[in-house]
Amino acid sequence: MRCGDFKENYIDDEAIFPSRFTRFWLALFLIFLIAFPFMANPHLLYIANMIGFAVIGAVGLNLLTGFTGQISLGHAAFIGVGAYTSAILVTRYGISFWLSIPLSGLVSALAGMVIGIPSLRVKGLYLCIATLAAQFIFGFTFVHWESMTKGITGIHIPPPAVGGFRFDTEKSFYWITLLFVILGVGYARNLVRSKMGRAFVAIRDRDLAAEIMGINLFRYKLSAFAISSFYAGVAGALWVSFLKVVTPEHFPFILCIQYLAMVIVGGLGSVIGSIFGAVFMTLIPEILNVLSDMVKSHAPGMGKLIIPFKSVVFGSMIVGFLIFEPRGLAEIWNRVKKFFTLWPFSY
Amino acid sequence: MALSAYLPGPLNFRPACDCEIMDYSILIQIIVVGVATGGVYGLIALGFVLIYKATSFLNLAMGEFMTLGAFICFTALTVLHVPFYIAFFITIVFAVILGIVIEPLILRPMIGEPIISVIMVTIGLGAILRGLMYMIWDPTYRTFPPIFPPKPLNLGFAVIPSGLLWGFIFALITTIVFIVIFKFSRTGVAMRATANDQQAALSMGVSVRGVFALSWSFGAVAAVIGGIVIGNMSGIDIYMGDIGLAALSVIILGGLDSIGGAILGGFIVGILQNLAGLYIDPLIGGGAKEVAPFFIILLIIMIRPYGLFGKVTIERV
Repeated sequence: MRCGDFKENYIDDEAIFPSRFTRFWLALFLIFLIAFPFMANPHLLYIANMIGFAVIGAVGLNLLTGFTGQISLGHAAFIGVGAYTSAILVTRYGISFWLSIPLSGLVSALAGMVIGIPSLRVKGLYLCIATLAAQFIFGFTFVHWESMTKGITGIHIPPPAVGGFRFDTEKSFYWITLLFVILGVGYARNLVRSKMGRAFVAIRDRDLAAEIMGINLFRYKLSAFAISSFYAGVAGALWVSFLKVVTPEHFPFILCIQYLAMVIVGGLGSVIGSIFGAVFMTLIPEILNVLSDMVKSHAPGMGKLIIPFKSVVFGSMIVGFLIFEPRGLAEIWNRVKKFFTLWPFSY
Repeated sequence: MALSAYLPGPLNFRPACDCEIMDYSILIQIIVVGVATGGVYGLIALGFVLIYKATSFLNLAMGEFMTLGAFICFTALTVLHVPFYIAFFITIVFAVILGIVIEPLILRPMIGEPIISVIMVTIGLGAILRGLMYMIWDPTYRTFPPIFPPKPLNLGFAVIPSGLLWGFIFALITTIVFIVIFKFSRTGVAMRATANDQQAALSMGVSVRGVFALSWSFGAVAAVIGGIVIGNMSGIDIYMGDIGLAALSVIILGGLDSIGGAILGGFIVGILQNLAGLYIDPLIGGGAKEVAPFFIILLIIMIRPYGLFGKVTIERV
């Protein structure tokens, strides 16, 4: 009997759904996702939507940071650019929501390419600080370009609609989120096994060596920034359409760190890892909220400790994963899978 | 009033008018304040550089170190009711211990890891510290008890507020002390040797681990003094650490591994920031001061990524 999962040619090796087993469980999971809104209450659906936006943003950031190795501390800025583009297009120019999503992705990609220009000269720490500076400059622009962004009062956005049907509840918006999550994850999964994805990985591992092997650094680094920002822009546009309002306070520096944390906790350089990370990092605060509600009924004074406690848990999560499990949840997932495929002879 | 009389050029041909004189005295005032602010920036930047030079870590939790220092000193002053110099001493001791404790716990496992891990571990550390500070002290804003004589210094052509003046003096003394340690003490030589070549330093009997821990302590000491100074000027809350990120512009300008660059960069950024506040604020309606350092960062990275005095590394495959 064959023990384990053997690949006999490259087509097998590169398949997105490698085995019948995977296809089966994936189909089951898809059915679950479709059935989910009929079973869940609005609060759960709200969380599901948030997870969806986080997944899109985290997959984008992972393409840039995990696959191409370009650290971005400015992801929130690109999310913000996408969000504001969509909001302005819809409210001011009356463009339909469906067209505004790809457009906001494109504008965000353009911003990403501009910010990516330093990556051609500098890397590592310097690039990281350059993107951090970009984050603060964009944040400043959101507040002060009042003729466009309406400053700190923000913009109210009408919910998207098709014909007479308005996507203004958690349940109806879930379908939009689900659609874009599937599109985004599917595209990323295909991208990383294409020529471009391999070029990204080569750049991450050693950019000079990659250049000598004929990879055009200029083109691929900027592509990585553009694609990553496109994802961020779409995530931002969807997010604020769901919230129906956009203000500069939605895109603080801490949001960049949250996205980086998702990517690290999930696993750098792994598409499924970004999904795990996004789900995990969105659920943890919700679980803490539930716990605090339980504690609050016993000790009312403990309630106000929940905000700082979230921060401590968040920081410990980053530090803990970096020290003890640097390849993230994706690696744990792989180990669990391997355990079962090789069971009972796991050595 | 007398000032414009000494200035050459078309100014003298204009009718003497108060507004013209006001402009110049404001400009000079702004520059003097900028230099004083720059000293404080230089101090925080020094904290970054001390750590980066020895360990090649960029400590993004520097802002939280600052805030922690300010809170410790504040608590010592208001709860223990000790005089300022004892509170100051307690804070310094605390910073040294902080550096020695967190370096082996959190940062040593990161040696040799990719840069993203190194950066994120300091950010994670910052989040933990911020949460703990929030738990121990409320996030409310509070003012420092007066520790310096409140009389501002009048230079004749400009007036420096007392907090800024004392901050500048503190920054200057701390910087000189660090430079003396670095240049002349045994420890300083060991630190410089480690910064230059870890292997060689190790084979010469330098305890590289000790130097790493000590560098973090030194960085923390620079940060907490910066925290006390800034807390004294503008009051403390748990978000005051954000100024640590603005101080990044100083080290980018001066070079990540140059102590002199940090100090000079501090002055330049301090002046530019205050000038931006004077000239650009009216155009865009405020806030130029906060965002100016980040424009400086982008500009420097595009033009001269290794800063004024930073070491230019040549990379070979």
